[in-house]
Amino acid sequence: MAPTPAPPLAPWTARFAPRRWVGPSLLLAPAGVWLLLLLVLPTLLILEISLVPGLRLGQPSGGYGLGNYLQILQPVYLRVIGRSLAFAVGSTVLCLGLGFPVAYWLALMSPRRWRNLLLVAFILPLWTSSLLRAYAWTTILRPSGVLNTLLTAVGLPSQNWLNTPMAVFIGLTYSFLPYMVLILYASLEKLDTRLLEAAADLGATPRQSFWKITVPQILPGIAAGCLLVFISALGDFVVPTLLGGASSMNISRLIYNQFLGPTRAWGFGSALSMVLILAVSLAIALLLRYGDRSTIKEA
Amino acid sequence: MPRFTWPSLFTAFMYAFMYFPIIVLGVYSFNDSRYNASWEGFSLRWYRALFSDRRLLSALQDSLTIATVAVAIAAVLGTLMAIGLARYRFRGKSLYRGVSYLPLIVPDIAIAVATLVFLASLAVPLSLSTIIAAHIVFCLAYIAVVVSSRLQRLDPNLEEAALDLGATPAQAMIKVLIPQLAPGIVAGCLLAFVLSMDDLLISSFTAGGGANPLPIEIFSRVRTGVRPDINALSVVLILGSALLAGLAEYVRYRGDRTQQAP
Repeated sequence: MAPTPAPPLAPWTARFAPRRWVGPSLLLAPAGVWLLLLLVLPTLLILEISLVPGLRLGQPSGGYGLGNYLQILQPVYLRVIGRSLAFAVGSTVLCLGLGFPVAYWLALMSPRRWRNLLLVAFILPLWTSSLLRAYAWTTILRPSGVLNTLLTAVGLPSQNWLNTPMAVFIGLTYSFLPYMVLILYASLEKLDTRLLEAAADLGATPRQSFWKITVPQILPGIAAGCLLVFISALGDFVVPTLLGGASSMNISRLIYNQFLGPTRAWGFGSALSMVLILAVSLAIALLLRYGDRSTIKEA
Repeated sequence: MPRFTWPSLFTAFMYAFMYFPIIVLGVYSFNDSRYNASWEGFSLRWYRALFSDRRLLSALQDSLTIATVAVAIAAVLGTLMAIGLARYRFRGKSLYRGVSYLPLIVPDIAIAVATLVFLASLAVPLSLSTIIAAHIVFCLAYIAVVVSSRLQRLDPNLEEAALDLGATPAQAMIKVLIPQLAPGIVAGCLLAFVLSMDDLLISSFTAGGGANPLPIEIFSRVRTGVRPDINALSVVLILGSALLAGLAEYVRYRGDRTQQAP
């Protein structure tokens, strides 16, 4: 027995290998090397080429400079970034508004026996192809699609929503609603209902106890859900491309075009990519500062 | 008994919202109409067209190859990583952990772009193997997360006992730890498999002309207009992934039950 107190974490690890570094390196090095080679180094590389103004595929690169980032400040590109943010914020608000009642019902009001099954059933569409789900919405929203068939059948005027921002909001909300419900559910499930009973005993109205007890308790969960949806919607490519048409260019599509489109402006595309990574990192920093990390982990 | 309160009605409406597009695809896949605007009778013609479409079948084969190989490699790397992170403390651990979460957080487009630039700078020709290498990155991250969450709920005493009874650490890991982790590994693999089959952006950037996985093929067809055979394909793929989702949930459920048993 060692005279010093054993470390609280996994006391047997001392016996794992004659040399202590052998075990950790065998377990951690393979994945570490892979992530380093195919994620960390490539990201550092796009940081570098984003600093080479006017870099195009196959052309000799000039010196370093901030030209690519200054190019982003042109109104046409600022509009793209503004539109991406608007899509992300709008679909986050919609997901919260639509997802909260669902999560609330599932966590607190649904029949206990069926609760897990009902939650799984709500999440199930996430397992199907995002591409095909967006395609399904084109079938619904087309001028001659399902929605207008239904609207005209009941005597309402037909709508033309495909290739408008409206379609993008619908598509993004549909895509990420399960995330929101999953995280809010995890948060609401842990709600201390005794506090609600106490509040009712002390004469609080349901509305008062909702705003003064329920909401403050799950605020970290709401923050986590909102930021997850925000990040996913901000970087989404499929929905704006298939449902939004030409007028719904967002940052993801713009980056795609810089790399795989005819201009091959890899330097500018890399700068846009860095801006997107920066925006996501900011959202994550906010989450770590104000959000409930445990709800993220469980989800 | 549940009463019909407004939250329950609203929730029912949201379930309908979630399943409506999927049902629409299903219904139209049996529609005889070419432009699928209106119902023109039941037909299996789009399914017949689907199963005789060589281009689509070869795209499916590419996707299955990518997903299978990427998930197999990622399962080993991801599981080792999860165990390593749970069992050891070392300098730079939080940095390592942070990097391992990156593929879950960074948008696909940014990963795709970075991988393409990296491969181009090394003049690696794009092919099926470059797609697989890129898919392993996010597959291993998802598998590691799912395995980690199971690892946290495991009873460490069993491993202790094995070591006390004279097992080497490697034996304890292979014969005691891995079987206990199996449900988590399987669930993680199924999730990673579905994500790999669904990935459009990373595949597009790392495929070159060397391979044509299914999402790329679907994307190019869907963009060029309405294709009724895509409805049939959707139904086949949705049934396939529903099967995998059901399997994953079942494995998780069984795994939790065996764990709770004394």
